Amino acid sequence: MSLIDWQSYRCTDFYDELLAAPGRPRPAARELCDILAGFSPQDLAERKAAAEIAIQTMGITFTVYSEGSMIDRAWPFDIVPRIIPADEWRRTEAGLKQRVEALNLFIDDLYHDQRIIKDKVVPAEVLAQSVNFRPQCRGIDPPHHVWAHICGSDLVRDGDGTLYVLEDNLRVPSGVSYMLENRNVTKRVLPEVFATGRILPVDDYCAQLYDMLASLSPRPHDEPQVVVLTPGIYNSAYYEHAYLAQQMGVELVQGSDLVVDDDDIVYMRTIEGLTRVDVIYRRIDDLFLDPEVFNPDSTLGVAGLMRAWRSGKVALANAPGAGVADDKVVYAFVPKIIKYYLDQEPILPNVPSYLCMFDEDRRYVLEHLDELVVKPANESGGYGMLIGPRATPSQRAEFAERIKADPRNYMAQPTLDLSTAPTLCDGGTEARHVDLRPFILSGTDIQVTTGGLTRVALVKDSLVVNSSQGGGSKDTWIVETDGE
Amino acid sequence: MLSRVAENLYWMARYIERAEDTARLVSVNSHLLLDLPHQTALGWSTLIDITGGDELFDKRYDRRSEKNVVHFLCVEPDNPGSILSSLAGARENLRTTRDVVSREIWEQINELYLEVRDQAENGLTPRRRDGFLKRVIRGCQALTGVIEGTLSHLSAKTFIELGRHLERADMTTRILDVRSGNLLPKDPEELRPFEHLQWMSVLKSLTGYQMYRQQVRLRVRGPDVLRFLLQNQHFPRAVARSLEALSWELQSLPRHDRALAAAALVRADVLEADMQALARSTDELHAFIDQLQIGFNNLHDAIVTTYFARLEDTPRGLLQGEAISEADDED
Repeated sequence: MSLIDWQSYRCTDFYDELLAAPGRPRPAARELCDILAGFSPQDLAERKAAAEIAIQTMGITFTVYSEGSMIDRAWPFDIVPRIIPADEWRRTEAGLKQRVEALNLFIDDLYHDQRIIKDKVVPAEVLAQSVNFRPQCRGIDPPHHVWAHICGSDLVRDGDGTLYVLEDNLRVPSGVSYMLENRNVTKRVLPEVFATGRILPVDDYCAQLYDMLASLSPRPHDEPQVVVLTPGIYNSAYYEHAYLAQQMGVELVQGSDLVVDDDDIVYMRTIEGLTRVDVIYRRIDDLFLDPEVFNPDSTLGVAGLMRAWRSGKVALANAPGAGVADDKVVYAFVPKIIKYYLDQEPILPNVPSYLCMFDEDRRYVLEHLDELVVKPANESGGYGMLIGPRATPSQRAEFAERIKADPRNYMAQPTLDLSTAPTLCDGGTEARHVDLRPFILSGTDIQVTTGGLTRVALVKDSLVVNSSQGGGSKDTWIVETDGE
Repeated sequence: MLSRVAENLYWMARYIERAEDTARLVSVNSHLLLDLPHQTALGWSTLIDITGGDELFDKRYDRRSEKNVVHFLCVEPDNPGSILSSLAGARENLRTTRDVVSREIWEQINELYLEVRDQAENGLTPRRRDGFLKRVIRGCQALTGVIEGTLSHLSAKTFIELGRHLERADMTTRILDVRSGNLLPKDPEELRPFEHLQWMSVLKSLTGYQMYRQQVRLRVRGPDVLRFLLQNQHFPRAVARSLEALSWELQSLPRHDRALAAAALVRADVLEADMQALARSTDELHAFIDQLQIGFNNLHDAIVTTYFARLEDTPRGLLQGEAISEADDED
């Protein structure tokens, strides 16, 4: 007798990623569902324990702060994968490439002629009030005219099965190491499913990342010196910084390891002496990058780094200022941005958005606060938002005041019926809400990860998938289906 | 290898060696005092002198009692040289660089630190102290074993070895300095009955008694002990031996000339010293050990400026030289 009985799996309230109806797995998930249903309770317990042990021995952690001290927590992981059919994924991939290509053209335009503003496609005030626009970046031509080399876009699926782009993370998106590690864990835990050979592999990412970074080098004829710049062990994503450096075989540096001399060249301090650095994959926010230009108190950055970057002697990925398009108000204009630069219709839809800066939209938002999700323009990690239907009247009233005080900083979207996926819980599987973060690399060409990081809200009915707030993750399978 | 990483590993090894040597010192002193009559002026006070913590100690404690001294040397968090602080320092240094060493090394340091911290209050009673100190010494030795058994002999290990050997040489001379300051007879008749015992204790602080007996088959006497602990080429805690090992490690590093020269100088001082003369006079020995300490400092400085230098310490010529060659290949 198995713990997993798909007949009694409750998946009718939302779109479920694996099952079309109770007892009816979607074609791409059929094999997996059969295998899982065949597991005895003991089988299941063993697989779950194997995953926990793998995570522990592989040392997959993320860092949280609690009462002033730093704790490395084991990465919360659910062994039931999330499955996307390959044909759907190819469409999604094309949509992501289109989107990131347009976003890079948009950023490049903003730091040069600002044609899109002059043509009144995006209102000037959006730019004027953007906290992530960096005047210091005007007129700069980064290699390939690409600013956001690494982008992590969050996708969610609504009740009718439509996949929407929820946001684009263009500053320092994280999570890709967990995507890769999730696959390693799943291979250990469910090897029999991989034997079918229909699951597309994900492990090219680090090689692609390295090649992309190397292609930015100002000294293309030499073997480029690429480094990963981390704020240090206290950063919540330090595990990922170390992981990526290790997988690419490059140095993991901190600000204090780098110096910029009067010649505007960046060096790292090594036991061989000062060694020139060509490309920096920086995992530090713009404002901490260079105390000469930005926050003068920053000890995480490197004095003179912007000088070196502006004179083209070092490449920074992502380029400073790329975050201007990583703004939830700019987000609302992305369909227009795609149309403007590429003259194409967006392949992936945006979630309908109301911008509080526009009077009409703001009126609507204030009147419908109990139906909407309101987000500040520039927060990440799910902080500072209002989920209208779940908020108390006093929370809504307080938020209304905030919106009126700073309308440019807020946008609102209808609450989506986020899709679910079966997730192992005590006594079987239950539906839990999921999202998806694919990663897009842009250099001489654009590459998308095969699938991405699926995050899951482990708490029943919760919509919050962030690992810092009780979220977990799943392996994501792109599965060939013989055109079924 | 990044300078910061090399520096962290070097200090980690120094801290571990310091913790171990301090534990040896406290352990042997405990045993020694049990054999001496109560009125002997020696006691726990000299241990404070050895570790150079006089001022700090006197600020925090009113008496140099056994309990206070042991507490200060073993677990006092405000004493940067205490066993607990040393292990905490080692752990902190490794924590930021743990990706470059094997996981077992991190686990060993982490466990050792946590164990010592948890026993800080209860482990020091006279009855439990011996076990506590043994665990520290064994823990540090186990760590050395894990490093030896799991870490490739590349730059990371080289910097660990440099730190360990320099700290060991330094601690050996400190132990000699203060112990012998009390031991060498001003009047040849003074303290006669105990002299033998106390030179034995110097050897035992360094686990050198058995090795000494194997190589020197005479009764334990001052000049012979000094010769053994300073000049012996085989005993792992002898100063000459530590410097020899350190020099050998240095040769695998780039740009090692300055540090190697500093090591050679201080080693020559050790090997050329006249042990008979040093054993005759407290003052002469003390001056000699001061000279060695200066040599160790020079060696340390040479390592720091060559390999760990920050920009402000980097010789200008080097920087500009590199910049010019880079500018050349830009064309």
